[in-house]
Amino acid sequence: MAGNAVRSQGLLKTVREIVRPIGQLVLFSAGSALILSVIALILAFILDQTPVGDASQHTFKMNLLTFTAANLPQVVIDGLTIGFVYAAIALGYTMVYGVLEFINFAHSEVFAVGAFVGVELLIFMNQQGMLRGAPLGLAYLYLILAMAVGMLAAGLLAVGIERTAYRPLRGAPRLVPLISAIGVSFFLQDAIRLTESLATGDFHRIIPTFGNFDTRLSLGKVFIGTAPVNLGISIKSIIVIVAAVLMLVGLNYLVNATKIGKAIRAVAQDRPTASLMGINVNRIISLTFLIGGLLGGAAGVLFALKFTRIDPFVGFFPGLKAFTAAVLGGIGNITGALLGGIVLGMLETFAGAFMSSFTMGAAGAEYKDIFAFGVLILVLIFRPHGLMGEQVGQKA
Amino acid sequence: MISGAASLLRRWSAAALRGPGAYLLVGLHATIGTLLVYSSPRSAISFLILLSSLGTALAVKANAAFKLVVILLLALVVMPVLGMRNIFYLEILFQISVFAALALGLNIVVGFAGLLDLGYVAFYAVGAYLWAFFGSRQYYYLHTEAGTQTGTAPFLLPADTFYIFVFLGIIVAAITGILLGLPVLRLRGDYLAIVTLGFGEVIRVLANNLDRPLNFTNGPHGITPIQRPTIPHFFVDAFNGTFGGLVGKQVRDVDLYNVFFYLFALVVIAVIILVTRRLDDSKMGRAWTAIREDETAAIAMGIPLVRMKLAAFAAGASFAGAMGILFASNRTFVSPESFSFLQSIGVLTMVILGGVGSIPGVILGAAVVVILNLQVLQGLSLYLAALRQSEALIPILNFPWKSVPNQFDPAKYQRLVFGIILVLMMIFRPAGLIPAARRQRELAKDEGY
Repeated sequence: MAGNAVRSQGLLKTVREIVRPIGQLVLFSAGSALILSVIALILAFILDQTPVGDASQHTFKMNLLTFTAANLPQVVIDGLTIGFVYAAIALGYTMVYGVLEFINFAHSEVFAVGAFVGVELLIFMNQQGMLRGAPLGLAYLYLILAMAVGMLAAGLLAVGIERTAYRPLRGAPRLVPLISAIGVSFFLQDAIRLTESLATGDFHRIIPTFGNFDTRLSLGKVFIGTAPVNLGISIKSIIVIVAAVLMLVGLNYLVNATKIGKAIRAVAQDRPTASLMGINVNRIISLTFLIGGLLGGAAGVLFALKFTRIDPFVGFFPGLKAFTAAVLGGIGNITGALLGGIVLGMLETFAGAFMSSFTMGAAGAEYKDIFAFGVLILVLIFRPHGLMGEQVGQKA
Repeated sequence: MISGAASLLRRWSAAALRGPGAYLLVGLHATIGTLLVYSSPRSAISFLILLSSLGTALAVKANAAFKLVVILLLALVVMPVLGMRNIFYLEILFQISVFAALALGLNIVVGFAGLLDLGYVAFYAVGAYLWAFFGSRQYYYLHTEAGTQTGTAPFLLPADTFYIFVFLGIIVAAITGILLGLPVLRLRGDYLAIVTLGFGEVIRVLANNLDRPLNFTNGPHGITPIQRPTIPHFFVDAFNGTFGGLVGKQVRDVDLYNVFFYLFALVVIAVIILVTRRLDDSKMGRAWTAIREDETAAIAMGIPLVRMKLAAFAAGASFAGAMGILFASNRTFVSPESFSFLQSIGVLTMVILGGVGSIPGVILGAAVVVILNLQVLQGLSLYLAALRQSEALIPILNFPWKSVPNQFDPAKYQRLVFGIILVLMMIFRPAGLIPAARRQRELAKDEGY
């Protein structure tokens, strides 16, 4: 009887931990899309009264408000896709920061290694002729296999990095492991370049085309006035979104509903006390890096799938953005990383899409990177603990 | 047996580093180095021997006046004269000086105040672009498309305003530092690192894209030509009159620019060292140390945290600004590529390698990293290129050198070198090659870092 109650309670918890993040996801996506759309529309409306509106009439043959409204749905879809990529990388930063209070600067290279291992496997399979004309089910299987291998490589690398470069420095002042992490990051960038250029002399790789990932699904047309705007999403974007959601749900479940998760949270809260409770702190920290690395590797393969071309420095900007996303959402907080990723991806896509027409071409999409950093600085000034983070006192 | 030999060696080296042996050692080292470079100006090894004699002069226990005379003689007379025989040495010396100055500036921020600045070259870029804009024709190209200039416009300002702009560069960079610092200095250390990294990227993106709507920076093409200050005629004549025989050829003022910039950089470094030392021993320096060691305790002791951090930021930035002006003028060309994240990390590597907070250490760090980049890696690259021309095989592997891909070029692996240096230093010697005096005292007390 009692056992039954406990079990049903456990089941309830499981269900709750799975449903809750999905609900939050939908809420965040819809909310940030709505808010940013409204802001963009208001800006367009205001700018229409200025010479900017006339310029828009001249170039697009419609006023700025119509132009903005017509483009909005596609921008939201693209923003979501990029946002989910950022979120997937941000999860790795946030996991490690939550436990060690340490920015794992080398995470961007862990991500890159994951991408390279996955893509190299696919390239190898392509050379064996396995990918060409593979049936759809098999194509997905291959993709999943590439992701799994990329994840494994990235996870092991992350653990290895922790053992060699971070563990000897535990207990040192904060900046010491950070500098070591920067060193690891730089070392890995060139190490990847070296290994990749050994065989062919080229250090970038392009993911082979196979399956139906490049197909673009049409979601219909939006008519504004007489201008039809095609609305679509490619299958690979859907894969990215689905995979990122799965990663988040899995991670959330692991951290909040399992015994290992409890140990991770205990170590994050208070390391000495956790060790007194019989938790092997070193093992948990290794595990945290492993999980972070697995997530990073998966994100790397997803990134390669979405953007097709990767090079050894591919991790740098996404890594920086993902860190921004993690801080934006409240670093150390898993849901926050997701929210931050979505908001940042959206913001960036909005900026890239509308900046040029809003400023009459004076500042174009090339400023979208600045936009991300601007957001980071603003957030850190006004809400240093992020959108969802709790106020944490500084540990002396 | 081995321990006996080791102790004997130790006794000998101890004798050589003290007493009359020291004078002999320094004199010999400097003379041999000079003669070697003079007789074979192309040899990298002889140049390294000469350069390391500066280190010997610093390391031995001898009369301070004697040390000073030797170092000044080497730096002000021997190096320029030998440099005229092989301009490449002056280029190395100039780069060492520029990076030593940058590293000294970053040392104030990272070493004294304990604020990790990953976008330090941004301030350097501010200085460089300041003189690049005002010291070139760019003002007259404001309304032209990047890359379409014809080069017929006059220069905006006379070349000798360069000297004023060195001071302006200091001021503008310091103001930039304060403007950046104001919002972010309240953050915790690791956040600050990322924000400064972002700021460095922002400056680079701006430099890349501010060719529209008004063409300020000429985008990725970069600004050129930038003016150099005129060298006074008497300086050229005096140099030729005194050292002409030694150099072996009549020196034109174009060549002499290398000497001029090298000496100018030395003057700036001297000023920086003076300022840094005075700052370190001042009330402000003690406040920085307190902040570095424990922020919370520092606040409790009544140290105005944000103001002190701002001062550190501004002081560090101002050095970079001055060096930026010097750099733009020396190269007569600036482009966004010179101010990448790699450069920031390079300067950080110099500080970490030499010793955080230690002035001689940081200069040593700059010298080691620059020589590693320009001499060792480049040398290996040239060697590899020569091997690839030949028919030789790699022993054991039996792999022909010819098939080693181009990407294998050691000169392209700066990141690898910087990365390894950073990690190894952090794990095995976090205080650097020459630890700061204050840190040495701390280390003597307990083993903790």
